[in-house]
Amino acid sequence: MKVMNLVQAINDALDIKLKEDKSVVVYGEDVGVEGGVFRVTEGLQVKHGVERVFDSPLAESGIAGTALGMAISGMKPVIEMQFDGFSYPAFNQILSHISRFRNRTRGKYSVPMVIRIPYGGGINALEHHSESPEAYFGHTPGLKVVIPSTPYDAKGMLIAAIEDPDPVIFMEPKRIYRAIKQEVPEERYSIPLGKAKVLQPGEQITIIAYGAMIREAQKAIVIAKQQGFSVELIDLRSIWPIDRETISQSVRKTGRVLVVTEAPQSYGPAAELISIVNEEAFLSLEAPPTRLTGFDTVIPLPMGEKHYMISPERIASEIERLIKY
Amino acid sequence: MLDQKTLDKYDPIHNKAYQLIDDEGRPLDKTWKPRLSNEEILQAYKDLVFERTADFMAVSYQRQGRMYTYPPNLGQEAIHIAAGLVTQEQDWLVPAFRELGAWLAKGVSLKELFLYFKGSEDGSRFEKANRVLPISVPISSQLPHAAGLGYAINYNKEKDTAVFAYVGDGGTSEGDFHEALNFAAVWNAPVIFIIQNNQFAISVPLKMQTKSINLAIKGLAYNIPSLMVDGNDFFAMHEALSYAREQAVAGKGPFLIEARTFRAGAHTTSDDPSKYRTKEEEEHWAAKDPLKRLKGYILHSKIADLKDEEELIKEFKKHIDSEFEAAEKHPEYKVEDMFGYMFAELPDELKRQKNAYENYLRGVK
Repeated sequence: MKVMNLVQAINDALDIKLKEDKSVVVYGEDVGVEGGVFRVTEGLQVKHGVERVFDSPLAESGIAGTALGMAISGMKPVIEMQFDGFSYPAFNQILSHISRFRNRTRGKYSVPMVIRIPYGGGINALEHHSESPEAYFGHTPGLKVVIPSTPYDAKGMLIAAIEDPDPVIFMEPKRIYRAIKQEVPEERYSIPLGKAKVLQPGEQITIIAYGAMIREAQKAIVIAKQQGFSVELIDLRSIWPIDRETISQSVRKTGRVLVVTEAPQSYGPAAELISIVNEEAFLSLEAPPTRLTGFDTVIPLPMGEKHYMISPERIASEIERLIKY
Repeated sequence: MLDQKTLDKYDPIHNKAYQLIDDEGRPLDKTWKPRLSNEEILQAYKDLVFERTADFMAVSYQRQGRMYTYPPNLGQEAIHIAAGLVTQEQDWLVPAFRELGAWLAKGVSLKELFLYFKGSEDGSRFEKANRVLPISVPISSQLPHAAGLGYAINYNKEKDTAVFAYVGDGGTSEGDFHEALNFAAVWNAPVIFIIQNNQFAISVPLKMQTKSINLAIKGLAYNIPSLMVDGNDFFAMHEALSYAREQAVAGKGPFLIEARTFRAGAHTTSDDPSKYRTKEEEEHWAAKDPLKRLKGYILHSKIADLKDEEELIKEFKKHIDSEFEAAEKHPEYKVEDMFGYMFAELPDELKRQKNAYENYLRGVK
């Protein structure tokens, strides 16, 4: 075991896959010599060579589209969109081709590739550097979309994503890249995609969150506990497919659910999760299934971000309201 | 034969298309000899007649209501037949959507083509065609795939292998066209980009598409050898494509060909060209028809008298009809066909949606 943060765990997963599978290549903007703007790919080019870990021209559609070409000819590209907001120029490739090639060709060609996207706010960054675009990808048939919140999960889920025979959008909560440290096994292991995890068992309410919101929820639970409330916390981990089973079991037990996402509200992941709760646990509900999400506004520049980002206090206040409903 | 000197002479900046035969099929240079044998030339003629016949038949099936929207190839066939001869088994074909003869040469069956335009994904299965990508509907978006395939060829050290990627004149305005050219050039990828400049992007004429003096010139900025070719001259196309492939597999990177041609038919069966182009324009290009020119060459060179063309077309029609009938007999579209190819393994959520719908269907029966 070795203590790692998210950046180190992701780097470790890439290193392991590059070592054991010659078909894996890693590329994107600044991922080679510089090791990525967040240093996630640091040292990998020196270890594995410039043909396998390299800087590409600065064009996200080109990065995604060329990766599809590599993937259908048997390679396993792991590409990086430097920031969440820079994935938008690649939408045509991701939505029109990468997600559809297996279906379009009746399985003759598959697209085993991973698109890594550092995402989310709270890092005092420029515009287009703090977005939460997971709903766009989750809404797109043919993509798996996953988000780890811990170094342990990040390593195991990235290895699983690279080994997956289909395209996986791997979103990395950049706000907690270096904030969370954890003991992580040095050897290879993988964590099946599509499974949520109960991080903390509780009795009165279920909180469903993912990514950087997990940490905020955990802080909120400390406050709630002082108020005498018992809260169950689920780390969704997979935006698509959604783990219906874990969610419905939990809400049937607690009778209340609060979904916390940084993404804007309308048509977002929280709406989807609440629909599932309604379908699966309607008769167990003791309070309206509720969401606490980003606003349907553009996420503000750093001076205004405090109003957009969801604080532990706001989560705790919703917990109290729903338990007392 | 093309060489660097000729390439310099036809630098796109001079805005002159590379051409070997005139509108009647006579060689422009009396000393020129094609690199193909008489048998190969005769076969190319037959393949061109076959493509044209299949294309006519496809339009008529559509008119009979037996097939949906279809994009005719009429007038552009020399490009496809020449490319079919040059493209090898191990090469990748990255189509746009109007390259019928090139697909057939790679082993795509007419049944599959008809199936696709009858509305089934099974038409993109390409059971006997290796390394052919399916039709790409969003314009130009297929070109980055070609650059990626080229990277993979280099990465896997595959010998004697190239990628043939197609786009139309309108496609050169898309960002993906430029990104693909740039990636392929930076990666020295063995990709031959073929722009079929048929003068119109549906209804929009070339002069509204670009202010560039031609489309080949767009390759120069990326340091890609680029050549404008008379796309209705089978021999010029064959020579240019052969040269481009030789360069690509010799490790010299991508090549760009602008094939100047004319879409003699409609954009698709849903389109009416009389709205946006003149009779004069159509007649001007009809005089340059690729089949007429190839036949002219064969007749002038006394390779064959071509008297059995009607017989040939009759034979072709029988075969084409049988392929269409096979497409019509294709099994009905099942629920499984919609869900079954989304992922290698169907995720639980899709199983749930599929089961719910199937239960509903069972209840209805």
